[in-house]
Amino acid sequence: MRMTGPTLAIARNTFTELVRQKVFFFLLIFALLIIGNSAFMAKFSFQEQFQMLKDISLGAMSVFTSLIAILATANFLPKDMEDRTIYTLLSKPVPRYRYLLGKLIGITTLLACATLLMAALFLATLWLRESTVLAETRAQMAGVPAEELQSAIKEVTDATFNANLLPGIAIIFIKSTLLASLTLFLSSFATSSIFTILMAAALYFIGHLQSTAREYWLSGLEVEWWSRLLAAGVALLFPDLQAFNLTDDIIAGTAVPLALFINTAGLGILYIAVYFALAALVFSGREL
Amino acid sequence: MKGRKLAALCLLGLFGAAVLPVQARIQREAVAAHFHKTTLGIGLRERIGQAGFLAALSGFRSPLAAFLWIKAHTAWENTEWGRMAGLFETVTTLQPRSIHYWDMSAWHMAWNAAIAALQNEKQPSEALRIRAQRAYIQLGRSFLERGIQNNPDRPQLRIQLGVLLRDKLEDHCAAAEEFLKASKYPDAPSYAARFAGYEMAKCKGREREAYDYLRDLYEQGEKQRLPSLINLLRQMENKLDIPATDRIPSPAETLEN
Repeated sequence: MRMTGPTLAIARNTFTELVRQKVFFFLLIFALLIIGNSAFMAKFSFQEQFQMLKDISLGAMSVFTSLIAILATANFLPKDMEDRTIYTLLSKPVPRYRYLLGKLIGITTLLACATLLMAALFLATLWLRESTVLAETRAQMAGVPAEELQSAIKEVTDATFNANLLPGIAIIFIKSTLLASLTLFLSSFATSSIFTILMAAALYFIGHLQSTAREYWLSGLEVEWWSRLLAAGVALLFPDLQAFNLTDDIIAGTAVPLALFINTAGLGILYIAVYFALAALVFSGREL
Repeated sequence: MKGRKLAALCLLGLFGAAVLPVQARIQREAVAAHFHKTTLGIGLRERIGQAGFLAALSGFRSPLAAFLWIKAHTAWENTEWGRMAGLFETVTTLQPRSIHYWDMSAWHMAWNAAIAALQNEKQPSEALRIRAQRAYIQLGRSFLERGIQNNPDRPQLRIQLGVLLRDKLEDHCAAAEEFLKASKYPDAPSYAARFAGYEMAKCKGREREAYDYLRDLYEQGEKQRLPSLINLLRQMENKLDIPATDRIPSPAETLEN
């Protein structure tokens, strides 16, 4: 209990601070996006409406969680230094790694809440739209044979919710936590939050190209040595963020095998742990 | 501090090397499960611009595809067929696993654009109008064929290709093959098998094979015994001169039983 006490207190404080900074206001924009999307899509077929609702909702979920993860985490250390709270905290018998762990747990909790709220809003909208379309279908097909009606209903339900959306949403959350951990590592040696944000944004884009660099490096093609060295550097030093982009294909109806989900989630957790450990290593020797 | 930064960098590199086989395995698993099939090449970069390409690279392929689909819908409302075809190419490149995008792209091209080309009042030459119509039908067929290549695990696009071959190209033998292939999928609708039989019956030289196939379907029970199937079987029995004892029961016999 004594071990976890200060960590959880820092985590709670971090979470409360972020809530007070009105981070959850982005939900309003998310809600407007979904409702606006639903109203605007009325002229499309129901398959198109559902596909676009999923495209836009999951895309927005990914954008918002990634932005929160990077922007909020990049601000932790500079803000605590500016407020001088970090000096008060670290003058007590609180190891630096536990201070960082508290921060990471705080942002992870916030990201979990944000993902759950957005997922709930998205699934509720999807369910409401499905109910409307089903009612319309039943009214339009009144009197047709039961088999045809069942087939039409199946077509609607197949186009709306599928269980694969849930692992997709879980992977969005894991990716955002990975970004938070990566940003925490960057801020452990950064001198300003702007530097951390810029670096994290650059790493975000490079991370999405890591798999391409890896393939290029390992393909055995006859290329210039420096080109191969650059690809090797990208492959070794940057996370493979493309591995976490499963939702694009899930929306299109591709099923996620359990092994793939577990391995991808496991890789994400491994990245989070390693970036946190590196952040702790660098931060423990930093002069404050 | 410098020493720790250097140590962190070395550890990061070592971790990167250790995790390489894991990343490669996950990548293989994902590709085997039909994930990450999109090829983001220079052609796509030219079509969607730098910002769009960056968005596609950053994991926002599907919202980008949705946005371009809306643009394609607007182009449809303005009957800009050429622009629609270009947008459909981009959307299907971005989302090759979406059955709906392939299906609708093919339908717009082979049906709407083809008819519009045939009825184009600005083109006085009938030969050129027919040529344009055929080009759009072939474009629709190409969408379906590429859609099938990207979705070999799903029957819907094979059925749509069968419909296009049947209704637009009147190639009944090829249509029969597509319906037959579609009917083999575990989640294929029951009509795919019937459609295969109907088209086979119109394919010269395969009439007897078609009769046996449709008869097998008939024997499967009430679910397949639709009026169109029964009528076709009766016509074929007369045409192929099937002995009375081997024919399907007449309505009167069915009632007696």
